[in-house]
Amino acid sequence: MFDKNAKPSPQRQRQLDRYKQLVERLSPNSDMGKGLFRAYWVGGAICAFGQFLQEAGKMWLGMNNTAASTFCSTVLVLLTALLTGIGVWDKIGQYAGAGAFVPITGFANAMVSPAIEFRREGLVLGLGAKLFTIAGPVLVWGISTSVVVGIIYAIWPW
Amino acid sequence: MLWNLLKAFVVGGAICTLGEVLVLKTKLTPARILVGYIVAGVLLSAVGLYAPLAEFAGAGATVPLTGFGHALTNGVKKAVQEIGFMGAFTGGLTATAAGIAAAVFFGALAALLFKPKAK
Repeated sequence: MFDKNAKPSPQRQRQLDRYKQLVERLSPNSDMGKGLFRAYWVGGAICAFGQFLQEAGKMWLGMNNTAASTFCSTVLVLLTALLTGIGVWDKIGQYAGAGAFVPITGFANAMVSPAIEFRREGLVLGLGAKLFTIAGPVLVWGISTSVVVGIIYAIWPW
Repeated sequence: MLWNLLKAFVVGGAICTLGEVLVLKTKLTPARILVGYIVAGVLLSAVGLYAPLAEFAGAGATVPLTGFGHALTNGVKKAVQEIGFMGAFTGGLTATAAGIAAAVFFGALAALLFKPKAK
């Protein structure tokens, strides 16, 4: 009845070509250099701020290395949660792309953002479940890979 | 201290830029890139390539999600050295407990306090 491999009629083909041109013309022109520059400076700035938090923790709050790096990720996560809540993070994310979502801030935003959005579906299956929409897969694959590494390491330590 | 901040900026920026290249060139979704980054971090750390980078760049290497993978591997190796085989199951989450607990707690709190924004 309908052969999807059949060549489209010339008329239909013209239509398809026109549509393709239209899509190309209208889709936002993602200027590569600009995107990379934005990702670089925002991502770099977030990491430098993290470094600052660590050093500040060690210098002024008397933390050891472990406590200082915990302090760093906790503060970054807290700030991201706040900025996501008041709607500012969306703008940073749009501007910086991977510069915003590759650092731990992206992990935090990926949890908070769907949790806020789906909160009206309830505290358990809305907020509770949607916190893990993206964090879930990240944890599943990260933890599973690390368990495999651990098992190999337990058998053949290197 | 300024020198450390600069190193974190340069290396952290480079890791993020690599992610942006993936976004622009491959049309992978951010979720897939994040999963790829954490798995890459675990594996790079397992073969010993990530530790020197973390040593050099500090937060520039540990704040990106690859650093989360690095922490998982470090924790697992340390736990295996301490308690043997079962450490493969305890080490990763022990080492990353703070980051995960903070993200869960502040995430839940933010979702309770803030209303969804009209898009």
